[in-house]
Amino acid sequence: MSLNIIVLAKQVPDTRNVGKDAMKEDGTINRAALPAIFNPEDLNALEQALRLKDANPGSTVTILTMGLPRAAEVIREAMFRGADGGIVLTDRVLGGADTLATSYSLAQAVKKFGNYDIILGGRQAIDGDTAQVGPQIAEKLHLPQVTYAEEILGIEDGKIIVKRRLENGVETVKAPLPCVITVNGSAPDCRPRNAQRLMKYKRAVSTSEKAHLTDDQKAFIDARPYLNIDEWSAAYVEADPEQIGLPGSPTKVKAIENVVFTAKESLQLENNDEQIEKLIIDLIANHTIG
Amino acid sequence: MSQNNLIVYCEFEDGKIADVSLELLTKGRQLASKLGVELQAIVIGDKLDGVEEQIFPYGVDTLYKVEDKRLYPYTSNPHAAVLINLFKEIKPQICLMGATCIGRDLGPRVSSCLHSGLTADCTSLEIGPHKDPKTGKEYTDLLYQIRPAFGGNIVATIVNPECRPQMATVREGVMKKEVYDPNHQGQVINLDAKDYVDDTDFVVEIIDRQIQKSKVNIKNSPIIVAGGYGVGSKENFDLLFDLAKTLGGEVGASRAAVDAGFIEHERQIGQTGVTVRPKLYIACGISGQIQHIAGMQDSSIIISINNDPNAPINTIADYVITGNMEDIVPKLIKYYKKNSK
Repeated sequence: MSLNIIVLAKQVPDTRNVGKDAMKEDGTINRAALPAIFNPEDLNALEQALRLKDANPGSTVTILTMGLPRAAEVIREAMFRGADGGIVLTDRVLGGADTLATSYSLAQAVKKFGNYDIILGGRQAIDGDTAQVGPQIAEKLHLPQVTYAEEILGIEDGKIIVKRRLENGVETVKAPLPCVITVNGSAPDCRPRNAQRLMKYKRAVSTSEKAHLTDDQKAFIDARPYLNIDEWSAAYVEADPEQIGLPGSPTKVKAIENVVFTAKESLQLENNDEQIEKLIIDLIANHTIG
Repeated sequence: MSQNNLIVYCEFEDGKIADVSLELLTKGRQLASKLGVELQAIVIGDKLDGVEEQIFPYGVDTLYKVEDKRLYPYTSNPHAAVLINLFKEIKPQICLMGATCIGRDLGPRVSSCLHSGLTADCTSLEIGPHKDPKTGKEYTDLLYQIRPAFGGNIVATIVNPECRPQMATVREGVMKKEVYDPNHQGQVINLDAKDYVDDTDFVVEIIDRQIQKSKVNIKNSPIIVAGGYGVGSKENFDLLFDLAKTLGGEVGASRAAVDAGFIEHERQIGQTGVTVRPKLYIACGISGQIQHIAGMQDSSIIISINNDPNAPINTIADYVITGNMEDIVPKLIKYYKKNSK
């Protein structure tokens, strides 16, 4: 059975490695100081998609990402690892979206794409850690969902069997297709880039990137349709302007504050037997331990 | 059925209401009293006899029970259908859920259908006014949903001015669990599952389920010995287990130590792990990323053991020992054994 698989991927600032220059003096994020990366759990999702493709010849894996035009980078990266192509949903009017407006926009793009069997995505993105967009898309498309997926065990009689990793254990479920599956970070890592694919797809460009090329380069791309990364606008996916971007977001940011912890006056101890024994005696005396 | 109240979705497993749900009832009671509305709760599952005895002491005014053997264990669509259909009737102004595998699966589906805003993993919830900066429209008594963002480097206050319910999830251990009145009684409303769930909602079938009682109980441990990336290896964590065992505590870890594979995720402390408030917190080789500190800063006494005298965690520590943890931890064990009775 060949499958049309959509992988939802997001380009995110690398919030896990935040340096001292990541915050500006006014307390806002200095995005320029944070490298943009492929959201880690979306890579886990991509691997699951590629395994399904390996096991089901004739399947396709298409990346769908919403963001700035430069998010085409994640699509290229995915192509190097095995994806067939991708779409960047990009439009100024989509900016400022909360998870609900984002899921609406992506659901519209999925509808436009049509003919899909499985929608995969990472459990959550590291810039928000909300884990909301997957289930919200599932609801908008009236599809079942399987969250916290760790391994896709197979497809039987048109149903997909998935192992989920929960707080205190594992659960194996069977869901009809099409469905939305969000993949946990505990799932296998994504395969690395493939050298041949890197050679084949390194010139892949999005519509707006192509506009900056010379005529010769454009002709080269035009002759090779697989090097084209489509860009879709809000209008193209027939998104209702009331439901996208800032106006379509029910949640509003009221205030943002820097995190400041109250410093204590610390007692500095030497690493010697005397001081450590005294510390222990004090802690026993004030009933902290013992 | 009365409208515009505050409702908590209570998770039910193995005959028991989850701790996180009781924590949310405690917070929900405070918020509902402040708003002058009812605190309501909903339990969806099977064999719910007597579940009200677990719930009413937390000050719940109305408990909705939806019982059907197909509603246990939890699956997404049926539980979402119950909430969506009930919320259309009772129009709650606030809905709280645990930021658990269940709440984070269910909340977004409900919010997506009802077009209501949902804020994940709140660390604080308050009631207050809001003025829209653009329209100048003023709102009273909104739910402030306060949560860390950008890897914990900032804290954002989120509001949902127009859409209802205002929905928020909160991780286990973030709010305190406190009985409101052991003799408090509310009303029980039994809802017929058939009126809220369609047979076609039962699309996902659970074919195997292995849930263990968590072996680790860091949240309630009065003493925590936590290790970070600086511990260096899985083997060195054994030293921390020795110390924890000697002191009668538990071992915790920072995200960096978990990511490095030194220790299991269950023991992670911080915004993406557990929030703890022990009597004694011994941080070994933990530099003190904001997201970690947020999960342990309320500890009564903090000892930081670190090679780096400038580790950020030292600023919030009561005692700082600069040096090698492999060296210092055995000394702590030795002198505890010597001095304790």
